[in-house]
Amino acid sequence: MSTALEQPRAQETPNYLNAEYGWKSWLFTTDHKRIAVLYLISISVMFMLGGIFAMLIRLELLTPQGDLVNSDTYNKIFTMHGVVMIFFFLIPSIPATLGNFLLPIMIGAKDLAFPRINLLSWYIYIVGGLFALGAVVMGGVDTGWTFYTPFSTTYSNTFVITAASGAFVAGFSSILTGLNFIVTVHKMRAPGMTWGRLPLFVWANYATGLIQVLGTPVVAITLALVGLERAFHIGIFDPAIGGDPILFQHMFWFYSHPAVYIMILPGMGVISELVTCFSRKGVFGYPFIAGSSLGIAIIGFLVWGHHMFVTGMSTYAGLYFSLLTMLVAVPSAIKVFNWTATMFRGSISYETPMLYAFGFIGLFTIGGLTGLFLGTLGTDVHLTDTYFVVAHFHYVMVGGMVVAYMGGLHFWWPKITGKMYPDGWGKFSALLVFAGFNLTFFPQFITGYLGQPRRYHAYAPEFQVLNVMSTAGASVLALGFAIPVIYLLWSLKSGPPAGNNPWGAKGLEWEIQSPPTTFNFDQTPIVTEEAYAYAKHQEEHVG
Amino acid sequence: MDFPLWPEAASSVAADVDHLYIYLTLVSAVMTLLIFATIAVFAIKYRRRSPDEVPAPIHGSLKLEITWSIIPFLVMLTFFWWGAKIFFLNATPPPDSMDIYAVGKQWMWKIQYPGGQREINELHVPVGRPVKVTVASEDVIHSFFIPAFRVKHDVVPGRYDVLWFTATKPGRYHLFCAEYCGTEHSGMVGWVTVMPPADYENWLAGGGTGGTMAQQGERLFEQLGCSTCHQLDKQGRCPILRGVYGSQVKLADGKTVTADDAYIRESILNPNAKVVAGYRSDVMPTFQGQVTEEQILQLIAYVKSLAITSTAEAPAGAQPAAAASTQPNGGKQ
Amino acid sequence: MADTHVATSEHPPELRHHFDDMYQQFDSATLGMWVFLLTEIMFFGGMFGAYTVYRSMYPDAFASTSLHMNPAFGAANTAVLIVSSLTMALAVRSARIGSQKALQMFLVLTMIFGIAFLVIKGFEYHEHWVDNKVPLFSQHWDYSNDAEHPHQAQYARQAQILFCFYFFMTGFHAVHMLVGVGIMTTILLMARKGKFSAQYFTPVEISGLYWHFVDIVWIFLFPLLYLIGNARKLI
Repeated sequence: MSTALEQPRAQETPNYLNAEYGWKSWLFTTDHKRIAVLYLISISVMFMLGGIFAMLIRLELLTPQGDLVNSDTYNKIFTMHGVVMIFFFLIPSIPATLGNFLLPIMIGAKDLAFPRINLLSWYIYIVGGLFALGAVVMGGVDTGWTFYTPFSTTYSNTFVITAASGAFVAGFSSILTGLNFIVTVHKMRAPGMTWGRLPLFVWANYATGLIQVLGTPVVAITLALVGLERAFHIGIFDPAIGGDPILFQHMFWFYSHPAVYIMILPGMGVISELVTCFSRKGVFGYPFIAGSSLGIAIIGFLVWGHHMFVTGMSTYAGLYFSLLTMLVAVPSAIKVFNWTATMFRGSISYETPMLYAFGFIGLFTIGGLTGLFLGTLGTDVHLTDTYFVVAHFHYVMVGGMVVAYMGGLHFWWPKITGKMYPDGWGKFSALLVFAGFNLTFFPQFITGYLGQPRRYHAYAPEFQVLNVMSTAGASVLALGFAIPVIYLLWSLKSGPPAGNNPWGAKGLEWEIQSPPTTFNFDQTPIVTEEAYAYAKHQEEHVG
Repeated sequence: MDFPLWPEAASSVAADVDHLYIYLTLVSAVMTLLIFATIAVFAIKYRRRSPDEVPAPIHGSLKLEITWSIIPFLVMLTFFWWGAKIFFLNATPPPDSMDIYAVGKQWMWKIQYPGGQREINELHVPVGRPVKVTVASEDVIHSFFIPAFRVKHDVVPGRYDVLWFTATKPGRYHLFCAEYCGTEHSGMVGWVTVMPPADYENWLAGGGTGGTMAQQGERLFEQLGCSTCHQLDKQGRCPILRGVYGSQVKLADGKTVTADDAYIRESILNPNAKVVAGYRSDVMPTFQGQVTEEQILQLIAYVKSLAITSTAEAPAGAQPAAAASTQPNGGKQ
Repeated sequence: MADTHVATSEHPPELRHHFDDMYQQFDSATLGMWVFLLTEIMFFGGMFGAYTVYRSMYPDAFASTSLHMNPAFGAANTAVLIVSSLTMALAVRSARIGSQKALQMFLVLTMIFGIAFLVIKGFEYHEHWVDNKVPLFSQHWDYSNDAEHPHQAQYARQAQILFCFYFFMTGFHAVHMLVGVGIMTTILLMARKGKFSAQYFTPVEISGLYWHFVDIVWIFLFPLLYLIGNARKLI
């Protein structure tokens, strides 16, 4: 346990940021913290690119006619919005940034099990990103991020193979991250850090790693087959010679459904950390939150067919997938209830990270519940392929995942950088995000039920008012995301030093200096208490 | 400004779907408000009052965990059950449905009626009669979606799929393609016009200019040379087609299949896939690339129309075809 | 740079700084390799799964394609790989007991067998090329009837798909073999430099795991692609 000493200015204390200087020390680093920062920068760039595509979509959809860009261009824009956001932002985001930075520290280790593979995963991500950017720059891809056949294999005239290669390569980056996390959690825990004492953020990233390792190879082979078919005109998925386009969908969704759990589980892990810290109370139902992460990972592999209810598969298959989809909702619900129960008789403060946590719980609840509308066969027939689906997944992905990411970023920013940002601006941006987000996506539930199909460049005029609302909300949302960029970067130069533990939180990462030294710990810590043991000792609030 | 927040309900299942949707919405709203309210109450009631306060930990409660796992799951089972009911209803067209054929092609819907009428991006149906739409694709995957009827089915190349509805309110309703299919995906839209029965008869009487689908199919049958081998009333080199539709066909490998629409389509495009017992393979050429999906539907309509008449030789294994149904008759060779 | 790493009395040069001791390092490396092999199972599994779907959809076409497979090649490759796994296991054992010469010898043998596998594969692919059974290139795909294989042309459409899977599955496997040979080369060079001892042989161990895995994939491929439907030819 460290005592609360007044920390000298971070620039003077040796830490991982000033340990070495120069581009080589960054590009050839094996320090998990530096690699996390490298990822943070690249992922932010991808997020901005995906965000630009999003703004173009919403601008086009201000009017019912397709008058901003032509159809082909619009189709490329929404495809690339999806490809960039999913493969290059959402999938890596929390694991590769916060996970990379925090996982070793949280378990009392000096680094991940395979630091060089960690660096390799970043380079692989960059190569994949270059493929994707290449596809964008050369003229785009227009198949939708789902690459459905036979359109993608036979009919599209765009850079499908390039884009698919980018996703394929990025998949390896994801696999290596997951592999690293799994081995690290198994083998590198400090003495006394039993599985039952792990922070829930670690459990979440561990479960995520399992999905990454098991699911990603399947999409790899699926995209490889699409690329091969396109290059050699073979016909695995081409019905004209006996191929089956629905087989592609089965193979694709076998990964892509678990992929959404890759995206959300780490976010849930973040929320566990935030809720406990800002309620200053141990989590309610620790084994259930930990177990539910594993439950989501496992059951998540069994539900992929709910993306395909109207493709003509047998009604009995539909029954099975619908039932399992109901089942997979249960562990998510358990988490929401447990977080809420954690706040009961807690000591709640409202700093920026906690505001994001509140936002997550609310928005994820709505997003998750609307998933049930889609998992229910009778309503899915009407709702699938409409804006209802678009609203649902943006609620869980943006309202859930991105909000959790922002919360985590704001929570651990002082640890990562040693600097504090202005909390007032943080709170303001969080509120902007919440308001803008709801205004953007809630109307889409309505247009979806009305029947506005997805991926429509031009739409029926009666949908316009709701679409205008949605675009207005998107502007607010964009502002909510832009402002943190400014004050976070500002804080690097001019923010006050943060100290070891500005939030008074429990966790090994808060017992070391901010920013941490290269090897994290002077001596391997010996863990003697449960996670979130707030009541045991009074932490002096520093900062 | 007047804009809709709820789609029109114009089919027999629409009300049921809407009720299920409202039920889902109510439960979700209650759940959401419950959580929002609880958190709001906790956030205010338990706000931090002094910087040193450390509340007592509450580790958990197995009873609570079980309760709030089981009860939501049971509620979700009601969603599942109601939804499954509707799904099964959607999967089974009533036996007296009238047939319409929709071929999706980049980027238009080509509709054919048995009477030979053809439309592009327009569908005319009567009120109160079940309509069975058989969908096929010329190229990529499309999806046939009529929001007002709450029906949708993907249109997958290489196969036939069926959706059905009974329109309940006259009017004009949107028809959308709901599966991204390329450049003009959002242009692949049309209108469904529901008419009172009398008006519908009048519209039908306007007629197709090319004869019924079966007649068009018969012309194709001649043009493509099918009649050289498939002689109508004489056993030739090829299986006789009179009465074959809907019957059980014994294949060369010993299996038995029902001669339905998909079977006939496959026989035209890939004749060697299922060779009839007693006939040689490698004899019938494939017509892949020579006929469109629409034309195949016309040929199928023609084959369907070949009923057994008393003067014709009743080929072994064929049974009199029922009027418009595809019930297999169980006759075997 | 402030190195706060605690110095211990025993600090072998191969111990990487983030590990507490050699056991932890070895354990982590082997677990890591097992997890990686798990991803490989899913990768090949996807292909096996798709192949199985098509095979069950078109059993007659499948039986037809198996007429064009040469189980003699397949059997030779199987024998070669099994022996190579033996030499690999012996190499790992040699490393464990610190026998440098034996380690290098067995590594070389393993590589020889690995290369032999690829050479035999090359001959087999060449035979398909000459026989015009390579659907990837239209000039080398011809499934018409011939004297030896009458009545097969009717299966041409589905045979194309099945042959594609044959080439993809054996092709991806061959790529993994090639990578394996590359890994063996690296290990051999490290062995010649005296990097391995009874205290440190982790790279040999995990390379062995990889090699055995690639072997096992072949053990599944061989019966699936060559034997089923072809039993008569072998007898």
